[in-house]
Parts: sequence; structure tokens; C-alpha cells
Amino acid sequence: MQWAWVAEYFPNFIDGIVITLKMLGLSIAIGMALAIPIGLVQVTGPRWLAMLARAFCTIIRGTPLLIQLWLLYYGLGSLFPLVPEIRNSFLWPLLRDAFPYAVLAFSLSVAGYEGEIMRGAFKGVPKGELEAARAFGMSRFTLLRRIWLPRALQNVLPTLAGEFVLTLKATPLAATITVFDVYGVGTLVRQETYRVYEPLLVVAGIYLCLTALIVLFFRWLEQRIPRPA
Amino acid sequence: METLFANWHHLSFGDGGWGWNLLRGLSSTLQIALGAYFLGLVIGLLGAVGKRDGSRLTRYLLEIYTTLIRAIPELVLILLLYYAGTGLVNQLMESMGYRPIDISGLVAGIVVLGIVQGAYSIEVIRGAMRVVPRGQLEAAEAFGMGRWMILRRITLPAMLPHALPGLSNLWLIVTKETALLSVVGFSELALTTRQAAGASRAYFMFFLVAACLYLCVSLLSNELFRRLEKRARRGQPELN
Repeated sequence: MQWAWVAEYFPNFIDGIVITLKMLGLSIAIGMALAIPIGLVQVTGPRWLAMLARAFCTIIRGTPLLIQLWLLYYGLGSLFPLVPEIRNSFLWPLLRDAFPYAVLAFSLSVAGYEGEIMRGAFKGVPKGELEAARAFGMSRFTLLRRIWLPRALQNVLPTLAGEFVLTLKATPLAATITVFDVYGVGTLVRQETYRVYEPLLVVAGIYLCLTALIVLFFRWLEQRIPRPA
Repeated sequence: METLFANWHHLSFGDGGWGWNLLRGLSSTLQIALGAYFLGLVIGLLGAVGKRDGSRLTRYLLEIYTTLIRAIPELVLILLLYYAGTGLVNQLMESMGYRPIDISGLVAGIVVLGIVQGAYSIEVIRGAMRVVPRGQLEAAEAFGMGRWMILRRITLPAMLPHALPGLSNLWLIVTKETALLSVVGFSELALTTRQAAGASRAYFMFFLVAACLYLCVSLLSNELFRRLEKRARRGQPELN
């Protein structure tokens, strides 16, 4: 085992951690924002919309994330240049970069898995509470904003820590489309130093620390948020 | 749109088509998934019993195993286990005076994914075992059944309905995880698709086709597990 390379690549790993955390944060934020309507329409929406949401969840959960990622980056990415309007638009620099594709793929994945969980959470809110709110004359939207959504979110909070860890564990896939996250930096080190195990062990160690941080953060958060009686 | 669908001929089963290659990839994917799943089940069963009845050291080691595997990304684990595993085997062969062997990708893939699956299986099976009422185990003991017989006749059948949803999840996870083996160069469905896409430049179509193949596997498995669960639950009240 040789560790002399660690000092040289230390800044790269810091950059990698920043990129990994950026991907994680953006994907969870966008994914959860999508998951709420996807869960809601399955409980209360019109039939066709509910079916659409259901199909989306089935497709996301039934295909490997790696294939979804490659379909977006190599597949869609190879179609965009064929359209001159896109090529000349302000979006083009963004569409040439791999990072947005990675965030999009992970967001859709979070939306698919968490959408299914949100469906259960919306269903799990006691009927009596919703009827009481209606009896007080709350409109549908007020009811959703004041009672239904907060109660559902409270129910999914414990699963959210797991979702963060799962998404963190999925982020290394982005390195296969040239994003230099923690794993990508590890691959770079392996290619440049010809060491096999040491960079992998460092990468594994970094992910272990990040996982531990997520778990500790959620333990702290759960103590601060009042639980339903 | 025309460019999208002008290249269906790449999928043909004849000359220059990738049809057979994709099916071969799918078959490798299924072989690895099945092998890894059953290896995982064996590890899971032994581990769950070990975590329940084992000595302090056994329980401690199993705890480290499940925690590490569940906290490190699969991609990193696969590379670590793949290189470390093949390296160790070859060192062992050399120290015993044999020449290093070329370990087949199939075996390496099964072992690597099986070890990952094992960690998750332990937790699923352990959780389901806890649901079996103590009184039933005591009754079996009173009838003079040995530990092995109790496991085979009482614990396993009684926990099965509770374990099946988790086990079905694990099967879906392992079929999708096989795609990660493309990174170490094993030509299962994902890598075959990537090669086909690169050679034909029809990236979008090939990845779409691969996604559909994986989806078919998932949907069929769902149906199969639904029937299994119905059978395991026969005589019990329906869940909603």
C-alpha cells in the first residue's frame, strides 16, 4: 500500500465532495418537489393523471438507473445537436455539460421512488382530520396546504434519511458520463497512479463519512420536529 | 422523429443486426441476477440466524458487514470486491504453486453481487423471523425438535409471508444492479447495449430498447412474486 499520492490529490477530492453534495442536494430537492404532486394525483387526481403517475413510478422503479442515465446523456444528448434551434439557444452550453443530465436522472429517480411513498403518506392521513377541516369550511387548497401536506410530510420524514443515503450511493454512476464527483476523482487517481486499491479505499471512506453525516443530521432533525401523538 | 425510427434494422436478428447480442446480454444478466440472488439468500439465512443466536463476536462481525455494505455505494463495492477478490484468489493460487487463473466474469459477478445482496437479505430475513411467535418455537422444542428441524419446519414457513415483500424488492434490486457490472467489463445487457449504441450511433433507440427489456423483467417478476405471496398467505386474512 502506498499513500504518497493522497497529498497531491487532496484538492481534487475536496472538489469531488462538493460536486457530489451538489448533485445530492439538487436531486433530492427537485425529486421531492416532483414526488408530492405524483403522490397526490394518485390519491385524489383524475383517473388518467393517476394512471400516468403510476406508470411513471413503475418505469422508474423497473429500469436500472444506469440505463436511465445513459438514455438521457447519450440518447437525448445525441438528438439535441440535430435540432439547430437548440444548438443556437442559450441552453446549449448547459446541454453539452454532463452535470445537468446527472441531476435530471437522479431527480426523476427520487421522484419515482418517493412518489410511491408519498402516495402511501397521503393515504395514511386520518380521514377524520380531513373531514374536520372540510367541516370548518376550508377550501380544497387550504386543506391541502394546512392539513394534508404537513401531515403526509411528517409521515415520510423517517424514510427521507434512507432516500438521502440511497441517492448518495447512486451518485457515483454520474462518473460514467464524465462528471468528476468523489468516485470520478478516484477513477482519475487510479488511472494516473496505477494504484488499484488505495484510491478505492479512500473513496469508500469518504462515502462512509458522508453517510454517517446524513444519518446523524436526520437523527438531530427528528428530535427537533414534533411527532404526531 | 424520422432519424429516431429510421434505424430499426439495427435490432434485426440477421446480418449486421444486434438482436442476438442483446438477447445474449439479457441472458447473462438473468444468470448473474439469479446466482447472486440465491447466494444472497444463503448468506442472508445464515447471517440472520447468526445475528439472532450467534456469539458476541459473530454478531459484532455481522453488524460490521451489514453496516459497511449498506453505507458504501454499490459501484465502489463492486470494484473493490472484484479486484480484491480476483487478486486474493490468484495470490492464493501462486502461494500454493499453481499458475494464476482467469476467473470467469460470470462467477466473479455472482460472488460480488451475492455478497452485496447478502447484507440486505440478512436484514429482511431477520425482520421476518422476529414475527414468528415465541410460543410456536417453544412448542416445537417441547416436541423434541432439533434446532435445524425447527428452522426448516416452523421458522421458515411461518416467516415466509412476512419476508416475501422484502425478498421481492431484493430481486428487483439485483436485476438492476447487474447493469453496474458493465463497469468492470462484463458483457451483460447494459454493456452490450452500449457497444451496440456506439457502433450504430443509434444511442437513443438502443438505450430505450434496453430499458424496455429490463422493464419486462421487472413486470414479470412482480407478477410472479404476487402469486408466490398469495400462495404463502393462503389461509391468512388478505392484506389491503
